[in-house]
Amino acid sequence: MSRAIRFAPFVLLGLLLLALAWRLATPKDDVIRSRLAGQPVPEFVLPAAVPAKPPLASADLAAGEPRLLNIFASWCLPCIAEAPVLDELKRRGVKIDGIAIRDRPRDIAAFLARHGDPFERIGADYDSRVQLALGSAGVPESFVVDGKGVIRHQHVGVIDRGDIPAILAELEKAR
Amino acid sequence: MMASVSPSLRGAQATKQSSLRPHFAGLLRFARNDCLVIGLAMTLCLAAPAFAQSSLPAAPWANRQLPDAKQEAQARALMEELRCLVCQGQSIADSDADMAGDMRHLVRERIAAGERPSDVRRWLVDRYGNWVSYRPPAGPVTWPLWAAPVLLLAIGALLARRRIKGRRSR
Repeated sequence: MSRAIRFAPFVLLGLLLLALAWRLATPKDDVIRSRLAGQPVPEFVLPAAVPAKPPLASADLAAGEPRLLNIFASWCLPCIAEAPVLDELKRRGVKIDGIAIRDRPRDIAAFLARHGDPFERIGADYDSRVQLALGSAGVPESFVVDGKGVIRHQHVGVIDRGDIPAILAELEKAR
Repeated sequence: MMASVSPSLRGAQATKQSSLRPHFAGLLRFARNDCLVIGLAMTLCLAAPAFAQSSLPAAPWANRQLPDAKQEAQARALMEELRCLVCQGQSIADSDADMAGDMRHLVRERIAAGERPSDVRRWLVDRYGNWVSYRPPAGPVTWPLWAAPVLLLAIGALLARRRIKGRRSR
C-alpha cells in the first residue's frame, strides 16, 4: 500500500500535465452562441429604423420562405466589411432583414447610403432588447430563419466572402 | 585669467556638445518616434472599443437605481452575478459597455415588473447558456465542483484519524 501511495503524487502530476497539455492543444473557444437555434424567433415588434424602410416584427420572419436576419449597427466597424457580402447575397436572391442595434435613423441612413442597402426591412432596437431576446452577443451576427419563423442557424461575426456558400447552404436547408 | 579660460572652456563645451548632439538628438528623435508609435498604438487600442460604442444615451435603468430599495438590492445582487457578453470576465454591474448597460436595464425592468431574480437569470441562461451566470448550477457536469470540498474534507478527516490512531498505538 505504501508503495502505491508513494507514486500517487507522480501520477497526479502526470494527470495535471496531461490536462494542461490538452488545454493548450485545444484553443479556447470564446464564441458565445445563441441557445435558440431550433426554436422560434422570440416575439417582437420593432419600429422602423429609417423612415424609408418598413419596420420589422417577428411575424415578418415567418413569411413562408427562409430569410437572413442580420444584426448590425452603423457604429460597428466590422459591419462595413460585411456590407458588400450582404449585397452579394441579395444579388443571389437571399431575402435579408436587419436589426439596427442602438442606432439613430440618420446614422443608419448614412451607413446604408455609403455601404449599400441589402435589407427589405430594418427594425430599430434602441436598448438591445431584441438582441438579448435572440441570444445574440454582439454585432455583426446573422440568423438563418426558416419559413415558419424558426431559427435554423446562427453566424457569429462578419460573414465574409468565404462564408457565402455555407450561408446559402443553410438557407437551402431551411427551405 | 577668467577671460582667457572661459572662451576655451566654452569652446570645449561647445565641441563636446556638438559631438554629443547628433547622438543625443538621434536618441531623442528615436525615443520620440518610438513613444509616438507606442502612444499611437496605445490610443488606437483604447480607441478601438470606444469606436465600437453607440452614440445613443444609456437605457433608462442602466445607471439609475429602482425606487424600491428591496427590488434594487435584488437587481444589484443579480447584476453582480451576470457576465457581460462583450467584455468577458466582467460582471454587468462592473462594466461600462453599452450592452452591459442594456442588460442592467433589462434586469431592473424585469425585477420592477415583479419577476424573481431566478426567473431573470433563467431567461438569460436559456439564451446564452450557463456561461452567462457566474453562479454555476449543480448539475451532471458541475457536480465535481460542488462535491470536491466535501470530498477533500472527508479525505482530510480520514488521514487525521489514521495519524492520531497511529500515534496512540505507538
